[in-house]
Amino acid sequence: MPRLSYLKALNRCLGDEMARDENVVVMGEDIGVGVAGVTTGMLDRYGARRVIDMPLSEQAFTSFATGAAMAGLRPVIEFQIPSLLFLTFEQIANQAHKFALMTGGQTSVPVTYLVPGSGSRTGWAGQHSDHPYGLFAHVGVKTLVPATPSDAYGLFASAIRDDDPVVIFAPAGALGVRADVDYADLQPVPIGVGTVHRPGTDVTVVAIGHLVQTALAVAEELASEVSIEVFDPRSVYPFDWEGLAASVARTGRLVVVDDSNRSCGIGAEILATAAEEMRLAAPPKRVTRPDGAVLPFALELDQAVQPSKDQLVTAIRAVMKS
Amino acid sequence: MNPLELYRVVRLIRRFEERAIELVRSGEIVGGIHPYIGQEAIAAGVCGALRTDDIITSTHRGHGHVLAKGADPVRMMAELAGRVTGLNKGRGGSMHAADFGLGIFGANGIVGAGGAIAAGAAWARRYQGGDQVAVSFFGDGAVSQGVLLEAFNLAGLWNVPVIFVCENNGYATTMPVEGGVAGTILGRGEAFGMPSVQVDGMDPAVVYEAAAEAVARARAGEGPSLIECMTYRFDAHHTFEHKARLNYRSEEELATGRSRDPLDIAGARLSTEDREAADAAIEELLAEAVRFACASPKPDPADAMDHLYATGLRARTGASA
Repeated sequence: MPRLSYLKALNRCLGDEMARDENVVVMGEDIGVGVAGVTTGMLDRYGARRVIDMPLSEQAFTSFATGAAMAGLRPVIEFQIPSLLFLTFEQIANQAHKFALMTGGQTSVPVTYLVPGSGSRTGWAGQHSDHPYGLFAHVGVKTLVPATPSDAYGLFASAIRDDDPVVIFAPAGALGVRADVDYADLQPVPIGVGTVHRPGTDVTVVAIGHLVQTALAVAEELASEVSIEVFDPRSVYPFDWEGLAASVARTGRLVVVDDSNRSCGIGAEILATAAEEMRLAAPPKRVTRPDGAVLPFALELDQAVQPSKDQLVTAIRAVMKS
Repeated sequence: MNPLELYRVVRLIRRFEERAIELVRSGEIVGGIHPYIGQEAIAAGVCGALRTDDIITSTHRGHGHVLAKGADPVRMMAELAGRVTGLNKGRGGSMHAADFGLGIFGANGIVGAGGAIAAGAAWARRYQGGDQVAVSFFGDGAVSQGVLLEAFNLAGLWNVPVIFVCENNGYATTMPVEGGVAGTILGRGEAFGMPSVQVDGMDPAVVYEAAAEAVARARAGEGPSLIECMTYRFDAHHTFEHKARLNYRSEEELATGRSRDPLDIAGARLSTEDREAADAAIEELLAEAVRFACASPKPDPADAMDHLYATGLRARTGASA
């Protein structure tokens, strides 16, 4: 079976979707040469008509895609850095997302916004290292954070085929993940459906994006001590509350590991919903970045701000004690 | 362009706005409106040069554009009144009225936001092999918005068939043009390589001529244009001003500004009989619009989040189960 990396899975998906549907066009900066790796080869295969290198006008090309989508195309936008989502928040949250409701269902905006390399890239400092998926969940934009190569392929495909705007975060920490994959098994993965990567009976660890690998490593290390179920929501919005409830019903304990800021983050929403709706044997815990974190440059500080394996172990042991 | 048709559109918009203001006063329209009174010649002239399958994006002061592009005034009034029979089923209101079947890609509540949307839609039509054009209307306040100038750049780069129509009414809310715009509006168009002209925005025939030229150029693949239409807003920025008198325009200025009325300019070209017949038909249509709007059912609160997602996804409600 071929080894497929997460980044190659995204690249393969984009090529397949462009082959499948002529309405799919891709827009972004430096995508012709494929600086980020996702669009590599697309210009040769599909030409400049469908692979559009954009000038540094993120706000305009985001709304340009909205207009094109309402006229019938399915644009994919690649943002080179996650902070560009702050710059284009008006165009995504206040324009693209709102057209369906504001027009009483007259139109739809099928645009996919992909950030290959979200979160810390190690040493890229304050303005290139954010993970603002919670912002999009908050405003109600469909938001996906795949953790594995198969899910990267499958969720990207679903996003492109979805009739609503969808933001996909491909965490920098996951881009290098490789897996044995039969290409025939690469299929769209439904939006809003989580998956259990490792079953367990004592505690549910909800891990998002690249932290799925961290959670799986911790589950293995602590296997003799505690049986950990690793639940990956895959979509942070819409969230698979039923899948989570089923897992928590088995374990009765909950820890969330989420590489984004603590206050009003998706971890907070997961804990709140569990507290309202699920039976917990112990108070739940979350491991996140600090409140309002800005990632500092120095390697030691960059790493100090992100959720660590040790912090996750501590949280799991704490919920097992009570 | 037929002078009677231009007059008819100017008159329809004027009287629609006056009837809508009555409904704001009586409480049938909540939230108020941004009246287009005084600027009607621009919508009439520009939309007169468009085909039904051409596209427009509009502004917070959008009733005139939407009506001139052919939207049903009856369903438009129902939309302003928040009724399920409205263009947007009561989900958009004054600032978001749209009719995608007529290429009306919506009024927009964010100043300058429509430019890039119009450019993208026009580009998509060309991608699909069509010869449609798009028009983006905006005011003088929008020329200070970065995203609009970025849209000028994209349109200029790729010869996008889009016409940028600036309605310079002298004020961005209460900020006079001189206080908000360095350089000139035309200069912004010229800087991006667009043919840019300034025209009398009070005469629909003059606006039509300029628009027809720009539309022909865009349709022929010769790229975008900028038209700056000099106009004056006769009424308030928003109907809230009818109660909160804001002191930013002198009585002398208002009198001078209102002295050239597009209704008079367009009407002077018609016979008395034609004008009276057109007026009577519009009164009848608007009487029906008001009657229909007020008689139409209000939406069911249980449906408040309908249409949030095109896929039909139902979001969680705000109340706990």
